Amino acid sequence: MKDRILNRRTAIVLFAIFLVAYPFLVGQSSYFMGLVAMAAIFAIAAMSLNLLTGYGGQISVGQGGFLMLGTYTAAVLQVKLGMPIWVTIPAAGLVAGVVSLIIGLPAVRLKGHFLAVATLGFGLSIPEIALNWKSVTAGYSGLPMMRPDAVSSDLAFFYVILAVTMIVTWLLLNIANSRLGRAFLAIRDSEIAAAATGINVAGYKTIMFIIAAFFTGIGGGLYAYWIEYVSPNDFTIITSFFLLAMIVVGGRASIWGAIVGAILFTVIPHFADAYIGITNLVIGIAVILIILFRPSGLISIGELFRKSDMNREIEAEPLRSEQANPSEVPDAKV
Amino acid sequence: MLRFNELTVQFAGLTAVSRLSLDIPKGRIYSIIGPNGAGKTTVFNCISRFYTPTAGTIEFEGRNLSHVKPHQVIRLGISRSFQNVELFSKMSVMDNLLTGLHSALGHNIISISLKLPSIRKTEAEARKKAEEVLDMFGLTRFADEKVENLPYGYQKMVDIGRAIMVNPKLILLDEPVAGMNSAETEKLCELILRLRDQMGITVLLIEHDMSLVMKVSDHITVMNFGEKIAEGSPAEVQENPAVIEAYLGEVEVDAEA
Repeated sequence: MKDRILNRRTAIVLFAIFLVAYPFLVGQSSYFMGLVAMAAIFAIAAMSLNLLTGYGGQISVGQGGFLMLGTYTAAVLQVKLGMPIWVTIPAAGLVAGVVSLIIGLPAVRLKGHFLAVATLGFGLSIPEIALNWKSVTAGYSGLPMMRPDAVSSDLAFFYVILAVTMIVTWLLLNIANSRLGRAFLAIRDSEIAAAATGINVAGYKTIMFIIAAFFTGIGGGLYAYWIEYVSPNDFTIITSFFLLAMIVVGGRASIWGAIVGAILFTVIPHFADAYIGITNLVIGIAVILIILFRPSGLISIGELFRKSDMNREIEAEPLRSEQANPSEVPDAKV
Repeated sequence: MLRFNELTVQFAGLTAVSRLSLDIPKGRIYSIIGPNGAGKTTVFNCISRFYTPTAGTIEFEGRNLSHVKPHQVIRLGISRSFQNVELFSKMSVMDNLLTGLHSALGHNIISISLKLPSIRKTEAEARKKAEEVLDMFGLTRFADEKVENLPYGYQKMVDIGRAIMVNPKLILLDEPVAGMNSAETEKLCELILRLRDQMGITVLLIEHDMSLVMKVSDHITVMNFGEKIAEGSPAEVQENPAVIEAYLGEVEVDAEA
């Protein structure tokens, strides 16, 4: 047990060092830094979605809408009102959070497919609003952005994204591994038992929605500053489906799984783009294979060995207890 | 401690419980028995506030439960186990028990996401409490195992363990030994007595295993078709002609099974 934790910690530290050194490994190429920056932004959104869908069991097909809310909040606040980045990024999260509260309050009373359809409607409507609310969003032409002077280079802003992603990962890990994360899992597994153990089911579903939207909005804000341009085509309903695919492939109810999924789905298009149309094919096949063969996602592969040990112990156990108490059998069923 | 006043529950014309009055005294093991469909679980679900009675009231320590929400019941000191095991099946045994303590833990989201010392401290205390309960049930070696991988008898133990995490005043046990083998039943029997004698928990028990009921109960109420047909000590109930009539056949079925 202890060894495993140490191994994991070592792996995380090595991964973090790799990410910090990454820009220099690729010769500060904007394209390759962009790949990791996008993976990080998708990782933030996928981790948030995983808290809602993987942990809480609430399917959202509209998470792309919150990414877009984040991008436009950051862009509008900066372009129209000249606000600095340390206001616009948190505001991106807050606006997404408040909107999620408004749609979440009625939505948490829906279950399964109905919830999926309601969030689908949300995910579809946000790009339409961005396209048609021209006085604020400039419609089809989009809004050009400016990074702050201190972090205006791609390299500097790469590290901003990296730092924010690491902080968000830490916060979400804390939430996922806490009494809150347990309450979310409990609601997913049995709402009745959750209520009986004192969990306010509707209240916690609303909290899940808000947390997921808040961090996704922050991811959207980072995106606006990275690309320095926002448009209604940035995050469509396809993004929402991709985010769901990321957590299914990476691993539901796992923060690390969401990160694995986000990296994979940013890297696959990079390798598959040379062949037109193959990206979606590869992603589709990946989802099907994972659902068929590893329903707990890629992250669960490491657990294979541990599991077989545990099963052996359980199978041996009932035998032992029956052998130990043969004398109690006769008088038990009177 | 817990009092039913003329409790009636109807589902679309079907009367599941009819004018039931009970008074469950503190510190006792009180059993409700009766054939299948007698309305026993319906009574539990009314206490848990999953059902709202058509008429009549339930009072706990003088407080009317009518306006309490399901998730608030446990804060009054009432916890329960479920007939068909309503566990969080994909969570570990440890996490199931920790979730049982949910109502007793602070939930400030800021301090949780920053993992402040106060959260670490209460979490460590919760873990310690869970380890005690695991030890009590002999489940320590399965602490990190997913509940769905455990044999049914162990799952029932986890269900009950989760219910006692909060040190409730009253625990509702819905057929705790159904599906258990005889050794497990014996163990649970001792455990129920321990709840009363060592932990001072009042137990309200629904059970079909008559040997268990007769062994542990201080007081028994017999229900049939939603009505109370008899009550008294185990000895009195066993002699009651109405009970014998209601149970003819029922006892036979149990014996075969």
